[in-house]
Amino acid sequence: MNDISHGLFAALRLIVTFDAELWEISLRSLQVSLTAVIIASAVAMPFGAFLAVQRFKYRRLVISIMNALMGLPPVVVGLIFYILLSRSGPFGVFGLLFTPWAMIIVQIVIITPIIASISHQAMRELWAEYHDLLISLNTSKWRRIKTLIWDGRRNLLTAGLAGFGRAIGEVGAIMIVGGNIEHATRVLTTAIALETGKGDFALALGLGFVLIGLALFVNILIHWLSRTEREGRW
Amino acid sequence: MFPLALSNLSVRRRGKIVLGPIDLVIDQGGPTMVIGPNGSGKTTLLRVMHGIERISEGTAEWAQPDHANHAYVFQSPVVLRRTVSENLSYPLYLIKRPKPEINTAVEYWIERIGLGKVANRSAMRLSGGERQKLAIARALIRDPEVLFLDEPCSNLDGQSTREIETLLLETAAAGTRIIMATHDMGQARRLAADVIFMKSGRIAETGLAPNVFDAPKTSELKAFLKGDILE
Repeated sequence: MNDISHGLFAALRLIVTFDAELWEISLRSLQVSLTAVIIASAVAMPFGAFLAVQRFKYRRLVISIMNALMGLPPVVVGLIFYILLSRSGPFGVFGLLFTPWAMIIVQIVIITPIIASISHQAMRELWAEYHDLLISLNTSKWRRIKTLIWDGRRNLLTAGLAGFGRAIGEVGAIMIVGGNIEHATRVLTTAIALETGKGDFALALGLGFVLIGLALFVNILIHWLSRTEREGRW
Repeated sequence: MFPLALSNLSVRRRGKIVLGPIDLVIDQGGPTMVIGPNGSGKTTLLRVMHGIERISEGTAEWAQPDHANHAYVFQSPVVLRRTVSENLSYPLYLIKRPKPEINTAVEYWIERIGLGKVANRSAMRLSGGERQKLAIARALIRDPEVLFLDEPCSNLDGQSTREIETLLLETAAAGTRIIMATHDMGQARRLAADVIFMKSGRIAETGLAPNVFDAPKTSELKAFLKGDILE
């Protein structure tokens, strides 16, 4: 209990004093996670809509694999990408290991199935509602997907936020491929792991509260910007 | 566009025949009312004509195979999760009409169906009657040659039903071919020029409305018009 109150105090102190390192790692956390969410959403949301609209031979198998990949262990993803991106690995030539881009890549791999699966569920329900109308209007497959994505955008927001929640809280994979290097790849979660390892629980908890606050702030901001609570549309 | 010829047509679902075999020719004229008890195949027949139901056997051939100028209104009105005016403009965007033309058409139809005050509100917030009027206006905004309606007034109050019937009669007078399924015999008598009576997935009787209603030939239609329950 003492540690928690110390943690809260540490979080307040870091915020009030505009601690430079806190700002740096918070902004990096946001930058890495939001970039990963945007790229993953650009792939996963149309894919989810495509799976809702298109019938093909191994569709059920693809959906099952996609759902199973939601439980992909981040540490294993980190390890695989460590090998792929290391100097001796097939993508070593790009020099991405221990850079924020390596962290973004592993986060994309981890959250894409989550966003795709939730998007698919939302699009499937909307497709059941729209199916007869869009078929009757003689729409193309691409037009159907575009219509579902546009009209289901508020449901897709939930998918994106679920991906963001997973990305911003991720530690195992980004620790492996990012290396937790000060002023380069350190983010809130890896900093928390580091401070915990050093035994500075108050600072670790303080960073944890900042992380929770940041996640809440982004969620509320996106809901507010997309007007989900207005006009009874949600 | 016409005639539409259905030849030895049947539709099976899970091995069971739900429609057919049917032979039918539909030509200009109308409005045509498709009547019959629940489960008699009225909806399936309309869907086959519109081309959104898979045919198991036989053929459905229009004189012109282009179905782009058909419109269909479903029994439960489907509204897009958009504003009322965006619902109306959607079919016109699909065929890439110029924006000024779209705006003019939307303004006309939105006033015609009396939803001007809620033009910018979500269509999801409309009542059942308003939704159905919106669905009919959205079907008519492309000025279709053929309009299929599947029991558009079921579950609607008298006022909404009257408004929709007036709209349909005006639409028919303007030259749109109306083919409509209904279980409401009063409505069928008010709107029909000719009638198709269906029973157990097959066409039991067809003819001009006065003949069908005043001098039915089959015992099934006689019983149906009397209000008997048909097995």
